[in-house]
Amino acid sequence: MTFPKYEEEVVLHHLHHYLPHQNPLKDFIHQNTLSCFQDLPFHLALETATSLFGYKTYLHLSQYRKLFAEGKINPKILQKIIIDHKGIDIYKEWHDKLLTQQYDTALTNRLGQLHQVWTNHYHLNIEKEIHGFLFRFVGSYIDQGIAIQKFPIRNKSFLAAIKELESYSFSKIFKSKRVRDLLLHKHCTIKDLLNILVGEEQWYEQYLFDQQFAHAGWSGMVAVLEAHPEMLLDKRKITLHDFIIFELLLEIDALDRKFGVDKWLPLASKLPANVTPIFAPIERKELFEVYALWQEAYEWTFYDQALKGLQLAPEATNTSNKPHFQGIFCIDDRECSLRRYVEKLGHAQTFGTAGFFNMEFYFQPEHGKFYTKSCPAPLSPKFLIRETEIRKHHHQKDAHFSKHSKNLFGGWFISQTMGFWSAIQLAWNIFKPSETPALVSSFRHMDKESKLHLECNDHHLKHVNDLQIGFTVVEMADRLEGLLRSIGLIDNFSDLIYLIGHGASSVNNTHYAGYDCGACSGRAGSVNARVAAIIGNKAEVREILAERGIFIPKHTQFLGALHDTTRDEIDFYDEEMLSEKNRFSHKKNKEIFGEALSCNAKERSRRFLLTDSNQSAGEIHKNIKKRALSLFEPRPEWNHATNAMCIVGRRESNKHLFLDRRSFLNSYDYTQDPEGNYLFGILKAVAPVCGGINLEYYFSKIDNYRLGAGSKLPHNVIGLVGVANGLEGDLRTGLPAQMLNIHDTLRLLVVVEHFPEVVLRTIQKNSATYEWFVNNWVHLVCIHPETKALYRFMEGKWSDYQPITEQIPYTDNLEEVLLKTWENLPIYLLEQKQG
Amino acid sequence: MNANYFILSFIFLPLLAFVISLFINEKQEKLISNITMWSIGTTFFALVGFVGYWLLHEVKSINLKEITIFQSKEYVFVIDFYFDRVSATYLLVGAFISFLIVRYSRYYMHLEAGYRRFFATILFFYFSYNFTVLAGNFETLFVGWEMLGISSFLLIAFYRERYLPVRNAVKVFSVYRIGDIGILLAMWASHHLWHENITFQKLLDYDLVQHILSEYQWTGLFISVCILVAAAAKSAQFPFSAWIPRAMEGPTPSSAIFYGSLSIHFGVFLLIRMMPFLEQQMTARVLIGMVGVLTAIIGYFTSIVQPTIKTQIAYASVSQIGIMFIEIAFGLEELALFHFVGNAFLRTYQLLVSPSVVAYLIREQFYNYKPHNDNKIKFWLSKRIYYGWYLLSLREFNLDAFVGKWIFSVFKRIGNKLNFLTYKNIFNYFFPTYLLGLGLYIGGKYFAKVHQTWFHDVLPILFGTIALLMIMKAFSERRYPRLAWLLVFLGHFWIALAVSHNEYFSAFELVWYLSGIAIAGVTGWYSLEWLKKKEPRLFTLYRYYGHIYEYPRLAGLFFICTLGLMGFPITTTFIGEDLIFSHVHQHQYVLAFLLSSCFVIGGIALIKIYARLFLGSHAKVYHETPLQSS
Repeated sequence: MTFPKYEEEVVLHHLHHYLPHQNPLKDFIHQNTLSCFQDLPFHLALETATSLFGYKTYLHLSQYRKLFAEGKINPKILQKIIIDHKGIDIYKEWHDKLLTQQYDTALTNRLGQLHQVWTNHYHLNIEKEIHGFLFRFVGSYIDQGIAIQKFPIRNKSFLAAIKELESYSFSKIFKSKRVRDLLLHKHCTIKDLLNILVGEEQWYEQYLFDQQFAHAGWSGMVAVLEAHPEMLLDKRKITLHDFIIFELLLEIDALDRKFGVDKWLPLASKLPANVTPIFAPIERKELFEVYALWQEAYEWTFYDQALKGLQLAPEATNTSNKPHFQGIFCIDDRECSLRRYVEKLGHAQTFGTAGFFNMEFYFQPEHGKFYTKSCPAPLSPKFLIRETEIRKHHHQKDAHFSKHSKNLFGGWFISQTMGFWSAIQLAWNIFKPSETPALVSSFRHMDKESKLHLECNDHHLKHVNDLQIGFTVVEMADRLEGLLRSIGLIDNFSDLIYLIGHGASSVNNTHYAGYDCGACSGRAGSVNARVAAIIGNKAEVREILAERGIFIPKHTQFLGALHDTTRDEIDFYDEEMLSEKNRFSHKKNKEIFGEALSCNAKERSRRFLLTDSNQSAGEIHKNIKKRALSLFEPRPEWNHATNAMCIVGRRESNKHLFLDRRSFLNSYDYTQDPEGNYLFGILKAVAPVCGGINLEYYFSKIDNYRLGAGSKLPHNVIGLVGVANGLEGDLRTGLPAQMLNIHDTLRLLVVVEHFPEVVLRTIQKNSATYEWFVNNWVHLVCIHPETKALYRFMEGKWSDYQPITEQIPYTDNLEEVLLKTWENLPIYLLEQKQG
Repeated sequence: MNANYFILSFIFLPLLAFVISLFINEKQEKLISNITMWSIGTTFFALVGFVGYWLLHEVKSINLKEITIFQSKEYVFVIDFYFDRVSATYLLVGAFISFLIVRYSRYYMHLEAGYRRFFATILFFYFSYNFTVLAGNFETLFVGWEMLGISSFLLIAFYRERYLPVRNAVKVFSVYRIGDIGILLAMWASHHLWHENITFQKLLDYDLVQHILSEYQWTGLFISVCILVAAAAKSAQFPFSAWIPRAMEGPTPSSAIFYGSLSIHFGVFLLIRMMPFLEQQMTARVLIGMVGVLTAIIGYFTSIVQPTIKTQIAYASVSQIGIMFIEIAFGLEELALFHFVGNAFLRTYQLLVSPSVVAYLIREQFYNYKPHNDNKIKFWLSKRIYYGWYLLSLREFNLDAFVGKWIFSVFKRIGNKLNFLTYKNIFNYFFPTYLLGLGLYIGGKYFAKVHQTWFHDVLPILFGTIALLMIMKAFSERRYPRLAWLLVFLGHFWIALAVSHNEYFSAFELVWYLSGIAIAGVTGWYSLEWLKKKEPRLFTLYRYYGHIYEYPRLAGLFFICTLGLMGFPITTTFIGEDLIFSHVHQHQYVLAFLLSSCFVIGGIALIKIYARLFLGSHAKVYHETPLQSS
């Protein structure tokens, strides 16, 4: 192997690429944890990630075998998978390999080979020596509001601030005079410092990888903040370059302190002979073929049933019986069961679409000093919607978080007065959880009574910071049309159409942003739902839509709402504008929603082991509501823990199935979109959003130590940007274990109802989207809308897929099925095919 | 005496629940948490009833009839319990907070690996807490003190598969042990001061105390300083403050109960308990006040610059405890007691809601943000002072490094002088020298009988020094676990020799002392042999091996042996230790110091062996393991 010359820019770019990309807590969004390997096919990527960085990427071999023994991997599917991949001739041999052969499953990797030399040959545990101070220092610099006395120099860049501190302060950061000299008087580059520490240029890159991946959490955070400084409300100028310089200086300082200046040789002099270059080609192992086969068999055991179920859709009945009302929900898997109940109890028709309802804008709540993005994170909206005339200030105070309690005399006074109040409050919250100012409630995102500034005059466009305030009528019409056409709702409008966004509530939850609507950048979808409803009710907008062929009847009204997925509560916006007739039916519908929500709560409760699911729906619902208020509840809800598929098609094609909240459901009518134009928009979002959610769950669960955040119970909040264990731990990325207990590690299966050639053309339009499918980071299956034939997308082309499952059980008593187990349930038929 | 049974039930109910909890299947979460909740809940309500009755009727302190565990001609070991308003306050606060925390954890810990371990440790802690709070004399207090240290170790190292919790658990345990030197010496000196196992109740006799102190002023001061060291270590006062944020490695409720509220206030408890003794000594009070002032200021400065929430709360709490020390120095013990209660509640709650700080403060920032200029430096401050102050505060005034450098590194350096010792040759050195020692002992006895020579004074110190050297070597040993183990084990024989020389030490007493050590030492040694056979390549003290992943039972057994060998109150050795001190004469400060150091450092060395072999990230990586920094 020849070593490339060390070029700083290239190496920094590499680091940016491989470090975790997790946003600060307030902007937490799900994404593929191993996106840095996304240009490789899934299985090769996983093997590479393990060989290079030592991440565990598959379940343990014994776990797969156990799943097989428990019947959770279907022997027939396993057989099919082995034959498909290995051929029939060596089937027996591979079957034995999977089931009985012993393998060395050690997760040996290439990180740390150089860094270890300090410990092994210099007897200096350099990581132990400097990590504590490094994390604390950079944490102080970035800190967004925990420290009461803030970092003294915040307007300068990280390195400039260090220089200023070091040159003035009487207490020095560095003990070694040489290091101080390097910092203050010589404009040293990373290369200069590496020359002192490592000595041989060929190892520079690898050394930096060792160093930075020893605390990938912090390095990743710095990299993210370098790329997106806007993520901090209180801005800081920090770059990976500055951070590395600082760490290198600390390392030299530690060595100088131990041995004396110039009394130690660079690391290259003590390097063992057998160091493997970090990016040398990997040696492929049979074990990983075995893993891949097991993983596929595990996945297709579930997919196969689901696909068979989809084939069993009843013939489309003519839609003569008009639905009582219609509801447009978010595609979120958590809405899957609620929609089922609303449809059944209310004789309603429901749709699913990305929960920002095609309305992209920034939102500024009243008194807010900043904006929040209300659309998928990759979009950059040009609009701003402002809230005014609120009744209750969004931010309520709680003295427990006050600075005074940490003062000497304030603390003295507060502990002897409020201290006793704390005891009462704590006891109260433990036995009777109730709302506190610390609660994160989806309903507080926007004040129900407030007004939204939506319209803008075509001729006098107002701008703030390059954002246009409000939409023009044409802009409104464009967005509404896009929404309606993409879900196929262009006729048969009922009188009331609900637009239901969603959000979550919790307390004591550092990852709260991950529980809200992903399509609204981790916020509640209330503003978008309300905006879409207001737009839909505008006569001018409807006129334009009529010109474009969508006739919304005059008596049809849209109504915005927010569903709180944790508490299973719903709230409606602007109800007072309803016509009398609609107001009357809305009153009835509200009761239906209430009942549906209780049923939904009951269905969810089977997953909460400490809740007794045998109680009545109302009783359970009461308990479930408390989860969001309880300080001691690390699992207010399961969030996306059960996700496994995403169906893009008409609701009529999957309404007959019990999907156990495991599927994202996006409504899409292929007949309205023969060219796949809207499909393109849907898949462009589905792959990264749903795929990202799915893979973050996958990797966090499989290697909870290194790709997940570990148990959240000991977490300590650092600078409001992240969490770490204890005082001296690295920032944790990924999801905590408490979000994952019931998750089954399956990749996402995307099923699209359209003609295969259209689907293929559509996904090929955008290379980033195509990468997801062709490299199998999500599975793609196309179901022919007319013949119900299935096509599986493999290696860039379609191949026929025949389900092995012959029968799907039918149930007309779902409640009984639900009570049977807390584990994942198989697919059930809820309606039987006529004839 | 119904009251006695009541008081005893506050100790035995949690103990009973603890023992039961060990036998419940790990999967039975509900049962485990129910037993814990019932035992602590019952204690709480019984306590409320009892204290109510007590307040209405007598409001006099109650000394329980003592239980004599060991008695010889000139020595008795007495367990004694004592109930007064201080214990009443501590008991009530302890029961209330523990009850809430247990109820909290019942949901919080759901599905966590180690659910039973957590509740068992909480019960053990609660038992030790009540035991210590009710202690009526030094011996009893020391038993509780030791148990608190171990329960603390177990809770900090709750996530035993990670490096940082384990390292910090050892660190905190070490600081606690340093405090234990204080208690041991105070115990020894007060034996001689009072010529009996003085009960805390007797200290209330103002005239007696005054009389004794006027006669033995320096011994009095010595005891006070020892107590102050113990109190400062337990309550994270100067210079020991740096352990407190490092202890916050367990699940949040355990940090809240330990370091937010209960355990951290034991220093205050000890001082209030000793108040009748301390209040008559101005020098001691000034010292206590100075420690308090220093800690209050350092704690405050450190607290306000920390960017992590738990550290901030920890130091805020420590600085309040500093103020309690000042209050005690001024003789305002009632106020200190009141202050303790409020501080305990407040910090518990603040720690429990600490994850909420993200949502709360981000909202605050979102709605109230004002663009900043870099802090205008006040006119009387120069950048030199302001920046320097900031850096020092951020670094906790280097207290962590300070304690490491001035205490633990000293042991290490001394121990490293004995690097020629290996597991293979240890007996080659031990037997001849020990025989020589025995010879000297017999010869010395003979000489001593004939002439009262310097010989008599020097020999015990020589033997004690050898013991201490061996134990320091055990402390600094990096290579051979079995060597470290043997060194501590054999060290005890030198200690026995040192004390035997002093005066008549009956065979019976010797058996008491050495029997516990022998059983624990030999069993532990066999466990190590077994592990070495199984894992020859993963068997040093250079790093943490995490063998508990594969050998949980062996780890349990070895842990018990470790406790036995360090003189934990599960074997007769514990009483033996006390016995030994009773044979150290009043003027032999050096010997007392040597012996107490032996016990204390030996304990640290042993827990290190356990931690390095069995805890930490597993050395075998066929499954996922955490990074050092996680």
